[in-house]
Amino acid sequence: MTITLQHYLFLSLVMFTIGMVGVVVRRNALIIFMSIELMLNAVNIAFLAFSRWSGLMEGQVAVFFVLAVAAAEAGVGLGIIVALYRNKPTVYVDDLRLLRG
Amino acid sequence: MLETILFYLFAATSVTTALLVISRVNPLMSALWLVVCLASSAGLFALLSAPFLAIIQILVYAGAVMVLFLFVIMLIDISKEALKPRVVRFAKVVAVSITGYFTVIVCIVLWRPSFLPAPLADAAYGDVKVLGKMLLTDYAVPFELASLLLLAAMIGAVVMGKKKL
Repeated sequence: MTITLQHYLFLSLVMFTIGMVGVVVRRNALIIFMSIELMLNAVNIAFLAFSRWSGLMEGQVAVFFVLAVAAAEAGVGLGIIVALYRNKPTVYVDDLRLLRG
Repeated sequence: MLETILFYLFAATSVTTALLVISRVNPLMSALWLVVCLASSAGLFALLSAPFLAIIQILVYAGAVMVLFLFVIMLIDISKEALKPRVVRFAKVVAVSITGYFTVIVCIVLWRPSFLPAPLADAAYGDVKVLGKMLLTDYAVPFELASLLLLAAMIGAVVMGKKKL
């Protein structure tokens, strides 16, 4: 039994779904961030699988850029969480309703 | 055969640890499980003949980014009493409907399956030398823009981290 493209795509979809459920359902800002990382990782797997099956290296270049953007996103996102925590000591996003008036 | 076993091993580890990441109450445990998840994804990258990206995944993601996560989690140091398994209202309904939506997509895709094993890749595929050459010739402009993005993110993080703006 060989591994086909669909195996990788199915795995990618399952991981993306888990990440999306995490983003929508959880209220802890840190775990929401980690779920976003999970979703990015799932997309990377799909990129690499398509790249491997089409024989084009462009997919690997795309994954490289996704990793760079994810690193930037993590840095800024964690900076925002620290700045928020300094104003209001909570990590639960439904406690942060300053803009709702 | 070995590839099949490794795929299922890495896939099962990734999915299980991903579920643990989104279900732990303590973000510290989530972060540690996410390290395992990203490391097993690096194994999948290696199986997909992308050795460079597998190493980058371990070094940058499971290494640097996750250390930053753990650093912030320990810095803000939430007390045990403040940790609550808080979820949105109707969390189960939301989770089931998202999962159902993606299941429908899978069913539509698998309607006409075309299961093909991986084509034989030529020797140059996945080679670090080829990838490096592509990044610095065809994709030189996006590559430089990525460095600019990282610089902007760095400045942004420093500015936000300051006590007074």
